[in-house]
Formats: sequence, structure tokens, C-alpha cells
Amino acid sequence: MNATAQYNFAYLDEQTKRMIRRAILKAIAIPGYQVPFSSREMPMPYGWGTGGVQVTASIIGPDDVLKVIDQGADDTTNAVSIRAFFAKVAQVATTTHTGEATIIQTRHRIPERALGPGQTLVYQVPIPEPLRFLEPRETETRKMHALEEYGLMHVKLYEDIARHGRIATTYAYPVKVEGRYVMDPSPTPKFDNPKMHMSEALQLFGAGREHRIYAVPPHTEVVSLDFEDHPFAIQHFEEPCALCGAEQVYLDEVILDDAGGHMYVCSDTDNCETRRAAGHVGALGVREAAE
Amino acid sequence: MYVAVKGGEAAIANAHALLADRRRGDRSVPALRLDQIMEQLGLAVDRAMGEGSLYDRELAALALVQARGDLIEAIFLVRAYRTTLPRFGYSLPIDTGAMLIERRISATFKDLPGGQMLGPTFDYTHRLLDAAIVDGEVPAPVMREAEEAQAPRVTDLLGRQGLMEPDGETDPARAVGDLTREPLDFPLDRDLRLQALARGDEGFLLALGYSTQRGYGRSHPFVGEIRIGEVAVEFDVPELGFAVSLGRIRVTECQMVNQFKGSAKVPPQFTRGYGLVFGQAERKAMAMSLVDRALRAKEFGEDVVAPAQDEEFVISHSDNVQATGFVEHLKLPHYVDFQAELDLIRRMRAEHEAAAMQEAAE
Repeated sequence: MNATAQYNFAYLDEQTKRMIRRAILKAIAIPGYQVPFSSREMPMPYGWGTGGVQVTASIIGPDDVLKVIDQGADDTTNAVSIRAFFAKVAQVATTTHTGEATIIQTRHRIPERALGPGQTLVYQVPIPEPLRFLEPRETETRKMHALEEYGLMHVKLYEDIARHGRIATTYAYPVKVEGRYVMDPSPTPKFDNPKMHMSEALQLFGAGREHRIYAVPPHTEVVSLDFEDHPFAIQHFEEPCALCGAEQVYLDEVILDDAGGHMYVCSDTDNCETRRAAGHVGALGVREAAE
Repeated sequence: MYVAVKGGEAAIANAHALLADRRRGDRSVPALRLDQIMEQLGLAVDRAMGEGSLYDRELAALALVQARGDLIEAIFLVRAYRTTLPRFGYSLPIDTGAMLIERRISATFKDLPGGQMLGPTFDYTHRLLDAAIVDGEVPAPVMREAEEAQAPRVTDLLGRQGLMEPDGETDPARAVGDLTREPLDFPLDRDLRLQALARGDEGFLLALGYSTQRGYGRSHPFVGEIRIGEVAVEFDVPELGFAVSLGRIRVTECQMVNQFKGSAKVPPQFTRGYGLVFGQAERKAMAMSLVDRALRAKEFGEDVVAPAQDEEFVISHSDNVQATGFVEHLKLPHYVDFQAELDLIRRMRAEHEAAAMQEAAE
């Protein structure tokens, strides 16, 4: 049973990587279009980033520097697990610094620091189909995309406004890519949507369980759906990060006691640490970063 | 000072160490050997092989121990190994008509060529816990002489009289569908559907099959035949120009015979539901054949009204490795999205309160 210990560079065999790269190239050629691919079982469960892992495994080379985040943080358990996986099967260098990474695999966030050319952001996607909760059937949603029939999505957003006075979608907020395909940005908070627009980085999306890959090439128009009288707006936090004092960033609420006490801290841990190292201090922060 | 969840790396390493400890259990109890599992927990091994889609009893046994007996976890381990194996080609179709039969029963005929053989079945045991098996002697079973004559399949017997729909001709030039190499594209051809069902979750298919018996997509089924035994696997080697035998595998086959009233083009005849599973897995094979028949509703112009008849619904949700992954991913952190929802609900509550106060003031 020695064979069980033998795995190719980055786990997947080269044929599979080629198949996935072909899907990625097609996805880049048709921004926002969901390309079916023959997803493989990975040694981590479906729903835990197998799509992102397959995309990363297919594009990663020995010279790449990998960063993995989950909820914006490098240190959440699943991010640690995926980073350790690639360190083991591809022996690549890993980093927590957004600026140093060539490939960033992410779940639920886009780093605060703007990404540059040559960087690739790989999203883990649970449900790639933005129309899925309006129409459960793949056979139907495929037709709707082909005919560019997105009225149902606008009706949903309109019903939100009629019922709640505002669009009640706070994450996985649908976008239109390059004026053609409506796309699910994965369950990132809508706060991150504007970062996708005209990004200098390549954005790849992998949905393993659902067998789909899609992409937003650099310098591509990504517009969040809205109405003239209800324009798209991102979340705003009333207070800055308690540790580094950052404003205009996405914050996590941390419960401090059972009497309603709480603080807000940066969701992007690298951004927070970099700011603190540069001397920024929030209301509850201390001079040196507490590890 | 609270610093948002740190130390994931150490936590994971410690959790794995504890898992290894709990898996091994009390060290004064001898560790399980793989041959013990293969010999004494054979049906669990068969299920891990079947739904893991890899015929290797030893690896399946290893997966079972590594998974602490959690079958779906074991199936997942087998699958994740299987997917890394190179693909040499496709074997010739196995001939279940030439099976070395250990069990063969038909519910449609009292007796038939080849006879009825109960084989190693739980069917007529009384389900009384028997402490004596723990260390009691087990006498050798009574074995019959191997028979030369083959036992023809019941569906073939019916087919000769035109009472059973034919198996259908396949175009020899047509490539075998392979759901592990091509993404599923609904609607599926039956070969892909059967592949998906063969690796589908036993519990899910059992419940769906059961639902057809209770009126949700009724198909009036009879067990034409169940047979369990060994079949030869042959592989066509182009360089040789003939097929070579790769060995034998044990399979369970179920042919369900279902009513069909006929249509303008086709006279009344029986229709098939088919189940084929690695190892001894009779419940799974029966459930599979019920669901296969239910999914053929459109083919026969039947109304698609029940969940078991809905291909996209059934096949999209039959894979337990996919299902367990996605259900269990809910325990991963979602606090970024939850924060977004928290923010929205607070704003909406504030507006609601303001509106109520204004109303009270007026």
C-alpha cells in the first residue's frame, strides 16, 4: 500500500490539471460565465473549498507564494488547513502578507489592500449559480443565462425594496460582469463588491461540489445590480477597528461579555497587523501586537 | 485583551492527536487488523467499496478503521484515494448471466432454470441478539457442488416471450459515459444515471425507493431476480486484439420487473428497473432498481409528479460525500456574512422602532 503515499506535485495528476486549466481559460475568455468542469474528489470535504483548492492546485507552480484566508483571516482553522495542504503537497512558500502573495485563496472576503497585476485571487464558491434560489433547476437557469433573462433577479431585488424598504441582500450580492453575465461573487459581504470592479488582479472562482469554474479577468467591469432610485451601497460601520483604528474596512463584531459588551476588529487580519506594526492604535489596542 | 481567534494551527494539530487517540481507544485492547475487518465486517467493507466506487477490500477495510467505523467518512477516504488513480481504460461489460452464483432468488417464479438459492442471507433469521457468537465455534457450512449449467437471468426468460422490454441496443462506437471524468449535464443518459445511483447513498436511495412504494411515483414492482456472486472482469487490450481477464469481483444485481400498460407504439409489456452494486449489498441494489425505474418515467410518457421521478433532484442529492461535505461546512466560520446580516437586522429594527415611536407620538 505504498502507492497511497505517492502524490503528484500539488496533489492533482497533470491530466486533471490540464483539464481544469482549459476550463479556467474558457472562463477567462467569457467573463462571468460558469464553465462546467469535471470536479475531483479532494482530500477535504465538499463545501470546504474543494473548488478553490482544485483551481489553486492547477495554477500553482514551485515559485508561487500562497496566502490562504477564511473570513479575511489567515489563522482561521480551515485557512490553516488548506495552507498546510499546499505547503505539504506542493512545497510552496506561504505568506500571510497580501502584498507578497502571488496566489491568494479566499473564502468570504477580498483583502482590504488593493491587489496588483500578477496576483490571482481564488475564491471558494459554495453555490455558483446566482439564480439558484430563484430557480432550483440547472436546466432552467442555464437557459436564463443563455437568453440573458435576468428579470427574475431584478424582481427579487424589487420585492426586497417593497417589503423591507431596501435591498435585503447583504452578502453574495449579485453582480453583472462586463455587461453580460450575472454572477455570484461567492458569499463575500457586499462591502467587497466594489473591489472586484476593474481589479488589476485575475479573479478565479471554483465551485467543486457544483462542478463549475468562472472568472473575472483583470480590468473587467463588475457592477452590482441596483435601481436608479435605490443605488447599490456598501455597509458602513459606526466605529473604527478597536485594535488598529482603521476606518472604511470590514469589521467583525467580537462579543466581550454577556452584558452586551462588544468591540469591532478588522476582519482582514493582515491589514490590521500591518497597520498596528506601522504604529496605528485603536481604542482598545496596545502598542505591540498581542499574539 | 481578546484577539480574534488565533492559534488555528496548534488547535488543528492537537485535535488530530486526540482523534488518533480516540480512534485507537484503550491500548490494552488489541488493535484491529485489516483481515479481521475484511472477514468479519464484510458488509461494511462492501458498502465502503460500493459507494467509494473502488473495488479494493483491503483499502476499504483500512478506511473503515481510520474512520472509526463512520461509513460515510470511510467512503470519503476511499473516493479521495480513487480520484488520484490513473485511468487505463474501460473494461468490457461484465456478464452477470455467467455469474458464479452464491445467492439467487426470484419473487416472480416459484421455480426457474438454475433454481432458487438463499445463500448467506439475514432474511429468515430471527433478530434475537446472540451473545454466543462472540466466542462460539461456528460449524462449517453445507456446500453444494458447483454446477456447470448457467442460471439464465429472469429478464432474459421473459424477454424471449416478448413480455419484457428489451435491454436496448447500444451503439458500440459510443463512448462510455463517465461521471468522474465529465461534469454532469442534465438530462442524463441512463448509463450516467445508473453510475450515479450505484455510488449513491444507500439511505437516500432506500428512502426514495420506499416512497415509490407508498404512492409517490408508483411503479408496481416485482423482484424479478436478485443474484449475488462473482463475475469475471475482462479488459480489451488493443495490442493483443483480444480481451484478457483481470480477475473476479463480487457484485449484487437486482432486476425489478415493473408494470407498463403500453402505448400507441409499444404493446403492453414489463419494464425494467436495474440495480448493480459492488459486493453483497442487496438493500442498496433493490433501492437502486426502484429509483432507476422511477427515473425512467419520461421515457414511458408517465407523469413526473414524485421526488423519486425527478432526475435533477435525485441525482444532484444522491452523493453522500457531496451531501455530508456541504451540510457539515455549516460549522465552518461564517461570521463575515453573519455580521452583514446582523448589521441589516439592526438597521431594520431601528427603523421599525422609530416608526412605532412616531406613530405613538401622533
